[in-house]
Amino acid sequence: MVIYGVYIVSKSGGLIFNHDHNVPRIESERTFNYPLDIKLSYENKKIVVCFGQKDGINVGHVLTAVNGSLVTGRDLENGKDVFELLEQPESFPLSLKFSRARMTTNEKIFLASMFYPLFAIASQLSPEPRCSGIEILEADTFRLHCYQTLTGIKFIVVAEPTQNGIEILLKKIYELYADYALKNPFYSLEMPIRCELFETNLQTLLENVEKSGAGSV
Amino acid sequence: MTIHNLYIFSKNGTLLYYTEWSRLNKSGITKEEEAKLMYGMLFSIKSFVSKISPLDPNEGFLYFKTSKYTLHYFETPSGLKFVLNTDNISQNARELLQQLYREVYLEYVVKNPLCQLNEPIQSELFKLKVDELFKKSPLYLSRTI
Repeated sequence: MVIYGVYIVSKSGGLIFNHDHNVPRIESERTFNYPLDIKLSYENKKIVVCFGQKDGINVGHVLTAVNGSLVTGRDLENGKDVFELLEQPESFPLSLKFSRARMTTNEKIFLASMFYPLFAIASQLSPEPRCSGIEILEADTFRLHCYQTLTGIKFIVVAEPTQNGIEILLKKIYELYADYALKNPFYSLEMPIRCELFETNLQTLLENVEKSGAGSV
Repeated sequence: MTIHNLYIFSKNGTLLYYTEWSRLNKSGITKEEEAKLMYGMLFSIKSFVSKISPLDPNEGFLYFKTSKYTLHYFETPSGLKFVLNTDNISQNARELLQQLYREVYLEYVVKNPLCQLNEPIQSELFKLKVDELFKKSPLYLSRTI
């Protein structure tokens, strides 16, 4: 039973709150000899694996370190270019560390505003009249639950597909939002939520649900 | 249990086939426009899912559910996309889509030399077989019953 994250999207589609709960870190380090048996490419200012997945290194993973030295963009800490280094046989064997790309805050904002039209189109393309937007979206690794309040705010929880009782959890989060965010005199509507009480209460709620199911809340 | 409609898209987004059995709500736009909107939505969902997924996705997007219907999605490794809208209580629609691919699409489109791949499917036999497959499925129950 794992809850991966909670997002709150405002009426106008902006991300006003996000909380990563239990996101697993997927990392693997391996020693490589010349020539490399995986294909790397440079995309979106990251070096990603584009072909040849093995030993826990999957397509889409990002190169984070070479011989313990961190990679930023395509450069090492000492300013050398990674691709140049990988082309020189004398620099091998090399220990490369890969990890699954973590979402940056910017990407989260981007994804939240991307969910907004998906939600709207899903209700427009409905074969039945008077249909709501997406309530549950399932992929093989997670299930996303969305609850839209009457005022248009969307509460989104990303959890394991087997986690149940999320509907109750969503309503509870709404309750917390109403109590600790809306009643906070320093909080202005449609703006990011920065209320300590809200965050600590949410944290305990999520832990309770994970430990003993939604029945306990 | 009801099956509403079915879309088949090629890997570059051409609508290969569309059919509907029970659809009460018309989207108010032409079929071509609707297909583009649908493909665009699926394309965005795919990229959304691959970014938001906490683990490495394998099959990726499976289905989404709204208050009135469920959209089931099945994509083959060659990029062919099958989309089926059913009501919320229907189960195993994914297996039905795999069956559609295996037993109808491969047999009556790929093995038909007169059918051009990546172009809308005109074959009458294919239409007949699709209809047959869905009507004998347990998911297909007309609303009047």
